Amino acid sequence: MKEAVQLAVFGLTEADAQHVLDLLSVRGIDYADLYFESRVSESVSMEEGIVKRATKSISRGVGVRATAGEKTGLAYSDELTRKDLEVAAITARYIANSSHGDRMVPVPTCVKPVHDLYPIERAQIEVATSERVALLNEIDAEARRYDVRIKNVMASFTTEYKVVMVATSDGTLVGDIQPLSRLQISCIAEENGNRQVGSFGGGGRVEFEFYREQNRHLDYAREAARQAVVNLSAVEAPAGIMPVVLGRGWPGILLHEAIGHGLEADFNRKKTSAFSNLMGQRVASEVCTIVDDGTLPFRRGSLNMDDEGTPTSCTLLIEKGILCGYMTDKLNARLMGMRLTGNGRRESYQSVVLPRMTNTFMLAGESDPEDIIRSVKKGLYAVSFGGGQVDITNGKFVFSASEAYLIEDGKITRPVKGATLIGNGSEVLKRVSMVGHDLQLDNGIGTCGKDGQSVPVGVGLPTIKVDEITVGGTQL
Amino acid sequence: MDCRSDKQSSLVGEHNGDYVALATDLISRAKRYGATEVDVVVADGQTLSVQVRVGAVDRLTKAREKRLGLRVFVGRRSAVSSTCDFSNDSLEHLVAETCALAKTVIEDPLSGLPEPSQMAQDQPDLDLYDGTLLNAETQIEWAQRGEAAAFSADERVTNSEGAEFESSSGRVMLANSHGFVGSYQGSSFSLSVSPIASDRQTGSMQRGLWYDVQRKFARLASAESIGQEAAKRAVRRLGARKVPTRRVPVVFDQETAGSLLANLCTAVSGYSLYKGASFLVDQLGQRIASDLITIYDDGRLMGGFGSRPFDGEGVATRKNTIVERGVLTSYLLDTYSGKKLGLSSTGNASRGIGEAPSVGPTNFYLVPGTSTPEEIIRSVKQGLYLTELLGFGVNMVTGDYSRGACGFWIENGELAFPVEEITVAGNLKQMFQDIEMVGNDLVFRGRIASPTLKIAEMTVAGD
Repeated sequence: MKEAVQLAVFGLTEADAQHVLDLLSVRGIDYADLYFESRVSESVSMEEGIVKRATKSISRGVGVRATAGEKTGLAYSDELTRKDLEVAAITARYIANSSHGDRMVPVPTCVKPVHDLYPIERAQIEVATSERVALLNEIDAEARRYDVRIKNVMASFTTEYKVVMVATSDGTLVGDIQPLSRLQISCIAEENGNRQVGSFGGGGRVEFEFYREQNRHLDYAREAARQAVVNLSAVEAPAGIMPVVLGRGWPGILLHEAIGHGLEADFNRKKTSAFSNLMGQRVASEVCTIVDDGTLPFRRGSLNMDDEGTPTSCTLLIEKGILCGYMTDKLNARLMGMRLTGNGRRESYQSVVLPRMTNTFMLAGESDPEDIIRSVKKGLYAVSFGGGQVDITNGKFVFSASEAYLIEDGKITRPVKGATLIGNGSEVLKRVSMVGHDLQLDNGIGTCGKDGQSVPVGVGLPTIKVDEITVGGTQL
Repeated sequence: MDCRSDKQSSLVGEHNGDYVALATDLISRAKRYGATEVDVVVADGQTLSVQVRVGAVDRLTKAREKRLGLRVFVGRRSAVSSTCDFSNDSLEHLVAETCALAKTVIEDPLSGLPEPSQMAQDQPDLDLYDGTLLNAETQIEWAQRGEAAAFSADERVTNSEGAEFESSSGRVMLANSHGFVGSYQGSSFSLSVSPIASDRQTGSMQRGLWYDVQRKFARLASAESIGQEAAKRAVRRLGARKVPTRRVPVVFDQETAGSLLANLCTAVSGYSLYKGASFLVDQLGQRIASDLITIYDDGRLMGGFGSRPFDGEGVATRKNTIVERGVLTSYLLDTYSGKKLGLSSTGNASRGIGEAPSVGPTNFYLVPGTSTPEEIIRSVKQGLYLTELLGFGVNMVTGDYSRGACGFWIENGELAFPVEEITVAGNLKQMFQDIEMVGNDLVFRGRIASPTLKIAEMTVAGD
């Protein structure tokens, strides 16, 4: 296993960290931490058969945070001197209305995280740009070879190498190296003036070789091309309430929107979630068991530790339909008297910590996916989705299909144009009547936004049947 | 010069000289590494944000930031980089790496800086900056008053997502190897209040949100008026229900009409067009909307959120007519996308510090009509008044549109009851043709603004 990350990476010593934590150790402050972050991002992108764009971005900084009761003070700086840290600490402790130190913080001892989920031999950042350019060129050729109707291919490869270190007032000093990359492809197909788009992609906390294993990148290219071509023959989507079968994998975005956000601890502490006060009660049908698991190796949503240094875990959220867990960060766990689940995340040193999802998915059931389709007389089979959104307070959520088919008399028939599905989180999950045995996690493309902060996440789903949900097509 | 450039404006800052010297130095260093053309953008700023919830301070965030972006061309190959580390060694390394990166991509015959003659000659003060510095106590007090006003406005307001007051200011400096140097400074002050109303019988909750944002602190609406409006918006949603699936006229309020206009703005972006990723490909000079529709993009609107003297490549901003009485008269272009389409830049280069330029709106707005919003609602026998849209169900390639929605059912010209858990669907091409009435209520709360709009018919899916 790799060496522990040291503060020296940021040009600082453990004594500096302790000095700043001491400044934050004033009356009224329950907890404080320093979050050091260094991030190098690179991307190459292609369109019209030319790899035209290459970018590189470097950022480095520290976020100094103090919490007092429900209050959070955050100051951040892109300068990492002892003096800048002191100024930030004095700003962050403003919320305590006190400058009197009343205790010394424990001496931090540097440790390695509990998990080692993404041991990487060759960092992405060390892969020559020419190798990435070659990857994109092969994708372009493959997509165009798939079908002559593919008129444009847009592909991008982005990679990030992030080193973080957290020093906390409860004596933790722990760092992690978090690689992340993603390959994204969009194809435009055209026939007789009808233009349609198809998109596919994947990635994770993986090495560059991942994309070439068994020509994975070419599979992605064909999949994006296939979806664009399918959409050329799509008819108007139906409108109204009907049974919907969701395909496995990325359609798990349903869980993310329908219940995931509603089970983040902050909304429940503030009692602003439609799921507040429902612990121990039925919120889904008996066939639904849903977890959030940050410990899956190489996954986009996985982390060795969250951004407060807490090891990630697998948290049971809903067991056979009964609500049994929330996802927590330190502030909300303390205020709610709950255990830490390792879900305290922040977009960067410039952001506050919020309870966030990692990889959220439904466990496999017992139904055969083909039986699920056969059970529907007239409905929709949705296999690919764009984005989704939820209103936490009233529980209404939407997610938009980008590849879907009509089911008529138990058979998949014509492709339909994309349509938004809308429902109420708990009501929809109570209407899940069949769960397939074919659980699959998504390919690693998800980014979740909350309070203006974006973090990488994963979702997963077996094939499931929702007995009724509103489909927002145009066809009456 | 990116999306956040809402916050900048046109005055040369005190420390500007340092950045000009820095940029000039980087340009000559890049040339030593083989660059033939170079531009450098430097942005800095400060932010103070406070959030109050149920009367108490919930969060206080304070920061100063700076960032430098470098774009180099080695012949017709280019690369872009950015950093927040301005130390000499780090910058030397960045320049070398960026030039090396450019040499690895494929030559693109159309790439390059704008022509020297296109650079902005004048840099007028567009009234975008207010130097008022607020302390944390003042901002907390504003947020508390806003939230308190929401609580006292209606007894059904029982909880709160909080009230947030943010002040920020910053500046942008751009220099390039043609010798262009420009800078501007800007500021922003905003208060948003988000109360939660609950129904005593059913226990169901609804969130309301209202806000104001201004470049000048003195112009900000009172905390009380923002809080009261937010409470009204939460309470009026209580008891919302679905409606049967059917086709009806749909009235988009200012906020939702603004999002419709934002979709059109994306569709007329040069990048969407030359990639074939827009439903408006090859429509220049064609009728794309009802003749009630005229749309401008004005980069020099005094005090505008998207105003700036020059764009992300140093090209002078101007007022462009995008749609004139329903006919598409101009795209939004930067130098590159313009060349791809055989046209000149419209001064709409938008530049994230670490990104190559793309295209963005400045102040993109739909010219108001003569009807009041009340008259528009009264014209509808049965239909929907839309106040909120949810999700991302817009296909820019085809124009297919299907989004989650909330609002009010209109019965005989009156708002009858609140509606939720429905979708509205159609196709943007048809929707813009079907605009029957345009409101007189244009208000800028961002770069894109529209008055109330009425669309003849869309599919509403519910029960």
